[in-house]
Amino acid sequence: MLSCKEIGELLSQGLDRKLSFTDRLRVRFHLIICKTCSCYDKQLQFVARSARRLMQPDKDNQGIPPLSDKASTRITDTIKQQLDKAENKKE
Amino acid sequence: MSAVSDPSTWVAQHGDALFRYALMKMRDESQAEDMVQETFLAALKARENFSGNSSEKTWLIGILKHKIIDHFRKHKREQSSDDIESLTEQLDQQFDRTGHWSIPMRTWQEPEQAHEDKEFWKVFSACIAHLPEHLADLFILREIKGLSSEDVCKLLDISTTNNMWVMLSRARMRLRGCLDARWFNRDSNKQNRGER
Repeated sequence: MLSCKEIGELLSQGLDRKLSFTDRLRVRFHLIICKTCSCYDKQLQFVARSARRLMQPDKDNQGIPPLSDKASTRITDTIKQQLDKAENKKE
Repeated sequence: MSAVSDPSTWVAQHGDALFRYALMKMRDESQAEDMVQETFLAALKARENFSGNSSEKTWLIGILKHKIIDHFRKHKREQSSDDIESLTEQLDQQFDRTGHWSIPMRTWQEPEQAHEDKEFWKVFSACIAHLPEHLADLFILREIKGLSSEDVCKLLDISTTNNMWVMLSRARMRLRGCLDARWFNRDSNKQNRGER
């Protein structure tokens, strides 16, 4: 039987890859009898969901905003200027 | 050798991803924007050298990462870097010798509501910033669309994806603890009244 520590590791890995059939069974049985791990599982999933929303906010985003339009335009213009310069040098 | 895409489309393609990574690291919007611009300009000069071994996004983020390290070096602001040993120790303290939890696990009341709260995101970002450097990097890069596990490992010099999973597990465990202490159970009196 796996310890809570080992189960905790598997719970996290389950968010990144598909666990083996045996590991999935081990986790499932453990969560039935262990309230602490099942609470940990929920909180871990919440942490992962939060990370996703932070980096990829939806429409009414509360995570990290995208590059502002102003900055996008400024940076694009700077890149274009540099490209033009390089073109002129060639000619 | 494979060529990069048209540089005039870079901002539209990669601007947001680079900016979000930079903002998490710099914690200052205008500095993050400057870093993104510097990255694109450096990439413009170096685009002949793009090997195509990794995706364009990975290549750009690699440049950005170095720019940010240089910036901190120049400004002598040390980025927080706890050593890995002490981190492992801290994590082990959450379990007793037999691998059972030695800390209380308190339930979080309606966690989804936190996502609607601006303050929550500040706390969450601060928790990430308090992770050891390499774990914070990993945690952020992992969520950037278009970066595969292999890309992330390459960027952070992680030897195997297996190691990456173990590191991610540590990062999440710490973040869970941080959110518990700083958000969900920050007012432990309230918790006691409500729960038990």
